[in-house]
Amino acid sequence: MQREVMFAGFGGQGILLIGNILAHTAMEEGYEVAWVPSYGPEMRGGTAYCLVVISDRPIGSPIIRNPMHLVAMNHPSLEKFAPMVKPNGVVVINSSLIHIGSDRDDVDELLVPANDIANDLGSIKVANIVALGAFVARSKIADFELVRQCVKKKFSSKKKLIPINMAALEEGKKVAQLK
Amino acid sequence: MGKILMKGNEAIGEAAIRAGCLNYFAYPITPQSEVAEYLSRRMPEVGGVFLQAESEIAVANMLFGAAGCGARVFTTSSSPGISLMSEAISYISSAQCPVVFVNIVRGGPGLGGILPSQADYFQATKGGGHGDYRLLVMAPASVQEAVEMVMMAFPLAEKYRNPVMILGDGLIGQMMEPVEFPEHLRSEPSNKDDWATNGMDTRKSNKPNLVKSLFLNAELLEEHNILLKAKYDRMKQEEVRYESYNTDTDYQALIVSFGTMSRVCRTVIDNLKAQGFETAMIRPQTLFPFPQEPIKQAALKESCKVVFSIELNMGQMVEDVERSVQGKRPVHWYGKAGGDVPTPEEVIDVIKSFF
Amino acid sequence: MAKTFKKPQALSDQPTHYCPGCTHGIIHRLVAEVIDELGIRGRTVGIAPVGCAVLAYNYFTFDFQEAAHGRAPAMATGIKRVRPDLIVFTYQGDGDLASIGMGEIIHAANRGEKFTTIFVNNTVYGMTGGQMAPTTLQGQRTTTSPAGRNVEEVGMPVKMAELLSALETPAYITRQTVLKPKYVVRAKKAIKKAFQYQMEGRCFSLVELVSTCPTNWGLTPVEAIKWAEDNMLPYFKLGEYKTPDTVEED
Repeated sequence: MQREVMFAGFGGQGILLIGNILAHTAMEEGYEVAWVPSYGPEMRGGTAYCLVVISDRPIGSPIIRNPMHLVAMNHPSLEKFAPMVKPNGVVVINSSLIHIGSDRDDVDELLVPANDIANDLGSIKVANIVALGAFVARSKIADFELVRQCVKKKFSSKKKLIPINMAALEEGKKVAQLK
Repeated sequence: MGKILMKGNEAIGEAAIRAGCLNYFAYPITPQSEVAEYLSRRMPEVGGVFLQAESEIAVANMLFGAAGCGARVFTTSSSPGISLMSEAISYISSAQCPVVFVNIVRGGPGLGGILPSQADYFQATKGGGHGDYRLLVMAPASVQEAVEMVMMAFPLAEKYRNPVMILGDGLIGQMMEPVEFPEHLRSEPSNKDDWATNGMDTRKSNKPNLVKSLFLNAELLEEHNILLKAKYDRMKQEEVRYESYNTDTDYQALIVSFGTMSRVCRTVIDNLKAQGFETAMIRPQTLFPFPQEPIKQAALKESCKVVFSIELNMGQMVEDVERSVQGKRPVHWYGKAGGDVPTPEEVIDVIKSFF
Repeated sequence: MAKTFKKPQALSDQPTHYCPGCTHGIIHRLVAEVIDELGIRGRTVGIAPVGCAVLAYNYFTFDFQEAAHGRAPAMATGIKRVRPDLIVFTYQGDGDLASIGMGEIIHAANRGEKFTTIFVNNTVYGMTGGQMAPTTLQGQRTTTSPAGRNVEEVGMPVKMAELLSALETPAYITRQTVLKPKYVVRAKKAIKKAFQYQMEGRCFSLVELVSTCPTNWGLTPVEAIKWAEDNMLPYFKLGEYKTPDTVEED
């Protein structure tokens, strides 16, 4: 069983980091993982994305045109990647910045006002963690508690940031459980 | 030690340190500059040498000097940088110094692009510089394998007193995968007293050592080339490495593919199997020496009708595959050279078009 | 009969291949004497260039490496960085150092690499048959400037000692010559200083030596010395261009 998640947004939104956290969590769970960043022309013009592949067998091609899930943090990345998501995948849309839908009726679309929630928590910077919390809770792609542990580990050198990131995860989870 | 999630480029830097190489000279170039960034921090921590040189030309000659005086050294670069180093690689090969080069290949020719490519196959395996020389070339298909190959490269370079090249690509360098650094691949540098310019005081013999590549006398140069060829022939006997995939079936097509492209081909084989169509792969792990005989044997299997060489270039390894198959089966090339890695579906379409 | 002089231990017995009147032999001897006097033969590594001195390793009795054309300073950098305890020098001509190897020498000097360069400037590519070099004088005829160096086309001869002493980092830059015995004494002193500075762990040092090439100049050895004195010394002025003391004063 192989699952792929595309995380996409502006450079600076912490896209690579949440991909990294998910990859790390899946590795801790004993899965094979690959984290493939965008590099090259795709990086220019502000779009950053990374693909996380999680599998119970050695991963073949780490380059996937049609990922199972998508976490879109800005408008251009939703437009670009939404049509590629496989049917029945989860599409997280940062509705604070994106005012359109995925235009797909065969995916599980989840609107998360990640920037607004992050602002309410006190820092726009944790919008990515809100989105991650929402995505993990909705897709059940990884154990939520393990994700918490991995977030803590990522911020182990900046301990004072851990509480707000924990709160961000929880708020994301709440949104995912709303509907 | 457990697995850690690491970017290929950083894992390559760490692997060299774990292998016992504490000397690194380099010049920045995409898509492998993270190695230099990583080692600029790590080398001082382990008491090693890190130097950013003024050019790749200088880098390669620094490696030449350092290896010539007996130190374990390596560098990392990408295609245009390796072209600049090729002058020194020729000298280093002739002077028989052990040096490890990592080429995180990008698309070419010229400045090309920075996306994954295998367009330096010829340069690496046929000699990018002048003269009759060969590098021992290994091609990793995962970050873990890149780590292992880097660690293996140092004792191999010293065993043959010859440069070893790791031929990766942008994906191997940029991707993060879980890695482990195998303790057993750590190796002590060999004793180089009989040839290295490590200072006469440090040696028992009071005879000066000379590291050189000039042989003005025809007989001596001939003798030198025969000696070098004997080493390359010995590599062909002792160092061929490859991986077989799905070869125990009655496959109808054999794929030969290496590095990143071979991972796509593994998915191709799995997907075709699910459709009831058997294909198999030989994945060269050493590009020189090339697994000529295993490819020939695999191609000659009665069920096998056709052989594909699938590469991220316009058809380079296919020449060696043809040489291996010796006309006994049709050999076809498929690949792309712009940086766009073919999807499994694209490769499947190509294979199916032959049946 | 008693020998009037003793061959330095650092010099081999092999007769050199240099032409009559060529100054490489004298410079080799000075380097060997200095190495003997400093007692560093057992930890010295020389680097031979591409040029007439490509076979220099045959004439010295310590470890040697042979560089690609112009790359000796990079090679020396590699050695010195991984083995700071070794004493390393490059021995380079004008084509090697000031033309194809200009990048390597400038950057090695600027990084303050702790090795010594012996730079033999005789205004021509000797080994390849007397072609124009970066240091060929204005109007000087060579096999590739048959009408004489035209500075309108190729610029003025490069003054390496001046150029390198413009850098902040190098410890010692000097230009000397071995045209006459009185100069030889000073040249040897300079070479010795350069090695001593290296032994003290000071940054890069270079000794440029104004030299002759009677064969390619088409002159007898005696005429060559006179030609060099009359034409080279006014342009390539002898002297200490940079010493560690002036650096400390800054």
